[in-house]
Amino acid sequence: MAQHNGGQPAPLLAVENLNISFTHPGGETAITRDVSFTVAPGERVGVVGESGCGKSVTGLALMGLLPKRTARVRGQIRFQDRDLASLPAREMRRLRGREISMIFQEPMSALDPVFTVGEQLTETLRAHEKISRKEARQRAIAALEEVGIPSPHTRIDEYPYQFSGGMRQRVMIAMALICRPKLVIADEPTTALDVTVQAQITDLLCEISETTGTALLFITHDLGVVAETCSRLLTMYAGQVVESAPVDDVLRRPRHPYSSGLLRSLPGLSERGSRLPSIPGRVPAPDRMPAGCRFQARCPHAIDGCEQPQPLLEIHGARLARCWRTDQLQLPGAVNE
Amino acid sequence: MNARVSSHSPTDNATGPRGANAGVRAEDLTIHFATKAGTVKAVDGVSFEIEPGETFGIIGESGSGKTTLGRALAGLLKASGGDIHYGEHTLGKLPRAERQRLRRDYQIIFQDPHAALNPRMTILQSVMEPLEILKEGDKSSRQRAAREALERVGLAPEIGRRYPHELSGGQKQRVNIARTLTVRPKFIVCDEVVAALDVSIRGAVLNLFAELQEEFGITYAFITHDISVVSHVSDRIGVLYLGRLMEMGPTGAVTDAPLHPYTQALLSAEPLPLPGDQRDQRRRIRLEGEIPSPLAPPSGCRCRTRCPAAQTRCAEQIPEWREARPGHWVACHFADADGPPGPVR
Repeated sequence: MAQHNGGQPAPLLAVENLNISFTHPGGETAITRDVSFTVAPGERVGVVGESGCGKSVTGLALMGLLPKRTARVRGQIRFQDRDLASLPAREMRRLRGREISMIFQEPMSALDPVFTVGEQLTETLRAHEKISRKEARQRAIAALEEVGIPSPHTRIDEYPYQFSGGMRQRVMIAMALICRPKLVIADEPTTALDVTVQAQITDLLCEISETTGTALLFITHDLGVVAETCSRLLTMYAGQVVESAPVDDVLRRPRHPYSSGLLRSLPGLSERGSRLPSIPGRVPAPDRMPAGCRFQARCPHAIDGCEQPQPLLEIHGARLARCWRTDQLQLPGAVNE
Repeated sequence: MNARVSSHSPTDNATGPRGANAGVRAEDLTIHFATKAGTVKAVDGVSFEIEPGETFGIIGESGSGKTTLGRALAGLLKASGGDIHYGEHTLGKLPRAERQRLRRDYQIIFQDPHAALNPRMTILQSVMEPLEILKEGDKSSRQRAAREALERVGLAPEIGRRYPHELSGGQKQRVNIARTLTVRPKFIVCDEVVAALDVSIRGAVLNLFAELQEEFGITYAFITHDISVVSHVSDRIGVLYLGRLMEMGPTGAVTDAPLHPYTQALLSAEPLPLPGDQRDQRRRIRLEGEIPSPLAPPSGCRCRTRCPAAQTRCAEQIPEWREARPGHWVACHFADADGPPGPVR
């Protein structure tokens, strides 16, 4: 692996100043603003934030799946030695599914209903590798077996509708992993599933990531899922990364008021029947972003000074927070220290 | 919340005082649906009683029958067997007119706050609609009642002039609550009412439900798949699986010392936002597979195909619904007052 400064292994993915906007007849609306983060090889990184914070759009940009006509992607997406943001569509196609792949929330709409599961799995394989149909079929069966689908020899010839929700998500995972990508982006992969099945799927993702060394970017609204699967957490708010830190550190002591607010909102952390904390207000609309801290209108700690633009500050212990008051605040986390 | 409506009611021209609050009782309730593939036994012999002013939580995975049960409790579905009692009234035995009259007291709030609102009606029109259907008061009194209800749920008056697409999910769910409040119900079925909302605002909506209960003495059936939500709001919890109750008891007893292996597994599957060193103490009980089809539920105990403690008897015999601890019921052959059976204890 290539080394860069300080003997640290080069990150697998380095997103730098990613600005995504959509053009429309009325002009251009910015969705993300200077999003920067890295994912190390084999690392599992969680991305949390409310709906409308730019999590999914960021994931789609990494995959080169945003609509070409309306989406503008500026900044760098360095994946190994290439910049995905400026990669020609043909080369992106070669990469997608082979080195970087995605798992979506709703497997029923992500899978094609008129093709068997086997046809869809082998299509991915044969698009990227020169192998025979027979060999592809063998690989597809092995992939289904790997994700815990019983009797894969017969189920490979079935259609998506013949699978249950949990089994369909397993098929999606098999498809995402069949070419052994280095990075998998999972966008709310367990949100549509029941807790008992969710537990099976998150266990499976961790297990596969550990055995194959696949890195995982886990987009979710569920901090519990992040705590159980990821080692690092990115909190996004209104199109910006507002905090980046090891998961356990955030759970103990978040350094951004928004991360703290999200954690404190979880009903499981409050005494039964007590009044629940919540974050008042809502995420500002993309065309009405304040110039300063984007969270200030909802922040219980906002004071004079917060109307200034907030840089992502470095805090000791590999942590970043977009809040100039971070050192003054003792923000509550999920556990009482 | 500083905007309070006078405590007696949001509609001051109501047709006389509303009767005393009454509980809701399901008695051996079954709800079957005929489909091409056979009969779906969505709810199959469920009995419980919800006390006046109580919050009764119903938890279950998708396919457990919880939504069907909720609709039946709100009088929207006819029982195939057994019955539902509203106080002294038996729903199935009431004449149609009488049932219609009672309906206003028994309301339901749905999961998707957007789908529940007509996109072509202003918020105020939507909130007034129930009173119009009931032909209660005149237009100005209905408007006044609707404005008061909006105020009570913490929405600014100008929201009334807007349309649903202009509101956030949390605001829309408040509108649905306001609409329900205009008819001053005694009982509300809350079917996954916060599931579609961001975590950051769930707390505020759940707090509102609690305030309204305190203020108006409303009884709730709180249906959800979210264990942390149900255990926060409920006085008692019923655990539903494939149309049957597996366990029922006081919230603390069910969540801290469950009796049924299924409840125990369900609780342990809930992902907790705790640092690694604190999470490791908790052991996850893995449930294999998924909930079977209600078209062909397993023989004997319905949970046996996924239960880590299942034995041959579980396939042969339906477990008796019994009170293993005072007020704490369970349907498992092998559970006793000390907890669930064998390998999972």
